[in-house]
Amino acid sequence: MTTAARPLLSVRNLVTRFGRGRGAVTAVDDVSFDVGVGETVAIVGESGSGKSVTALSILRLIPSPPGRIESGEILFEGRDLTKLSEREIMEIRGNRIAMIFQEPMSSLNPVLTVGLQVAEPINVHRRKPWDAALGTAKQLLGRVRMSDAESRLRAYPHQFSGGMRQRAMIAMALACEPRLIIADEPTTALDVTVQAQILDLLKDLAQGSRCSLILITHDLGVVARYADRVVVMYGGRVVEQAPARELYANPRHPYTRGLMASVPRLDGDTSKRLVPIDGQPPNLARLPAGCAFAPRCRQATDLCHRERPALAEIGPQHQTACWLETPAHV
Amino acid sequence: MSEADVLLRVDDLQVHFPVHKGAVFRKQVATVKAVDGVSFQLKRGETLGLVGESGCGKSTTGLAILRMLEPSGGRIEFEGQDITHFDKSSLRPLRRRMQMVYQDPFGSLNPRMKVRDIIGEPLEVHGLANDRKAFDQRIAQLMRTVGLLPDMADRFPHEFSGGQRQRIGIARALALEPALIICDEPVSALDVSIQAQVVNVFVELQQRLGMAYLFIAHDLAVVRHVSDRIAVMYLGRIVEIAARDEIYRKPLHPYTQALLAAVPVADPVVEATRKRVPVSGEVPSAMNPPSGCRFHTRCPLAMDRCRQEDPTLRDLGAGRAVACHLHDMAA
Repeated sequence: MTTAARPLLSVRNLVTRFGRGRGAVTAVDDVSFDVGVGETVAIVGESGSGKSVTALSILRLIPSPPGRIESGEILFEGRDLTKLSEREIMEIRGNRIAMIFQEPMSSLNPVLTVGLQVAEPINVHRRKPWDAALGTAKQLLGRVRMSDAESRLRAYPHQFSGGMRQRAMIAMALACEPRLIIADEPTTALDVTVQAQILDLLKDLAQGSRCSLILITHDLGVVARYADRVVVMYGGRVVEQAPARELYANPRHPYTRGLMASVPRLDGDTSKRLVPIDGQPPNLARLPAGCAFAPRCRQATDLCHRERPALAEIGPQHQTACWLETPAHV
Repeated sequence: MSEADVLLRVDDLQVHFPVHKGAVFRKQVATVKAVDGVSFQLKRGETLGLVGESGCGKSTTGLAILRMLEPSGGRIEFEGQDITHFDKSSLRPLRRRMQMVYQDPFGSLNPRMKVRDIIGEPLEVHGLANDRKAFDQRIAQLMRTVGLLPDMADRFPHEFSGGQRQRIGIARALALEPALIICDEPVSALDVSIQAQVVNVFVELQQRLGMAYLFIAHDLAVVRHVSDRIAVMYLGRIVEIAARDEIYRKPLHPYTQALLAAVPVADPVVEATRKRVPVSGEVPSAMNPPSGCRFHTRCPLAMDRCRQEDPTLRDLGAGRAVACHLHDMAA
């Protein structure tokens, strides 16, 4: 990404909350990041880190009530998605921005043929008649390297394997030539050899059409293989972001470091004990006053427990939210 | 490996499931050969990693060894006894020697039982819980062993996190001091930052207590970290078995190569230069496995012979065996 060019997507100070009053949970708290044209950005975090809610917020798919986007901006192609009417956002969903979910079986309609489902966005957004849309759908199934596309069009999702369903989901996502695809744990439900096939395919197709990709995952290996830039989330906040190579070579936030030390690597030293992160992921309903990671951080100081650090620049395109990295405050 | 060291010997194990059709006149229409000729040995105090993709039969193998599933054929020998066809009453003392840790730390603990009773249940079942005071001491000791605070003994499972629940499951498995623990995907349901905690518990317990593990998992990096030897399964068969470092340094079977290459390494610099082994398609159905070598439909190196002739698991010496025609020729 060239820093001069305007990013395709710019999320600014996004806050998404669920519930009201004392039981309210801030799932996404002041999250900001950019996605450049043609860039693959990985959002990494554990369950409850807010990575999926961030993705759903971009597409305005947060179930409301109880959820709502409380503040912030989501600038996409010059428009603030948070301000659009339901009708306007529907023009963008599945058209300019497509989404691929984790569980392909529950995101496909079991009583419609795969062909109809892949053709639907073309019919809806491009206003093409069904037979023409089905023709395009057949080409799309070919593009996601499904053999025998003609007969696959008439098949139902239950007749597909997990990998094939995810290929159908990718075909659907590509149907309207989106500028951005958000893939939320797209291969977690799949076997490793199939995972590699699907992610390679997704990356190839996105690159081929200069489409940007947001890849949401908890797998640091997947991030290393596919992402240009990485956003690390913890407790609903961004704790670190950097270009992928920089992040792996020089992780600065204790959580990022902890994550890297705790995951066994295929090429790691097996005689060494894994260094786990103590404690457990935070409960969003009871976040501490200071840094959300402080209770698990071995280097935490009084300040960390008291006040929340802001995301600050610590190198070229490298930001982290950690008091240890902002010496002026210590 | 000397005979006395062998804890478990599995010989040509088969577990087949009949597939029925029709509600009134049920008839068998097919057989799923979930495990179809698996052989391996496990030494005392050793960890054998059993890896493979979903449906390859790794969990079924584990359940058959525990005799929670009835083997359709083959032989299972544990501590020198042939246990393949043990009846219920002979199985009971066997259960003290073999225990299991399950994948799902939520589904495998009874939500209405206190932690004390969950961990203590094996002791009660086997009549080892007669002295209340000794029982309480044992529970406290087991909880400390797995890194839980003994004063949590009167809590219920829902009060614990996933990682802590998995520790409860481990404590329960340890209660009878078994010689073998079968761990079926014991960390895959946990968050990444928690997995390392539980993996370390397994490693440290083995160093202290010396039991053997059959560690079933699909995460090759985790398996590599805990195992001494590794067996790779594909469609009901072991395709390769070798010492841990051997298999990761120089995988011989094309499936092992593909599996290892498919796992990304958490380092973008390494990833940029890594060789990729393309493998097309998905695992075929175990109801109707391919002829010849079961991997030939996806193998980039398949020859005519692979389509016709089923390769046997051939011993290459030094504890290494592979089932692949490519390595027949080399030998």
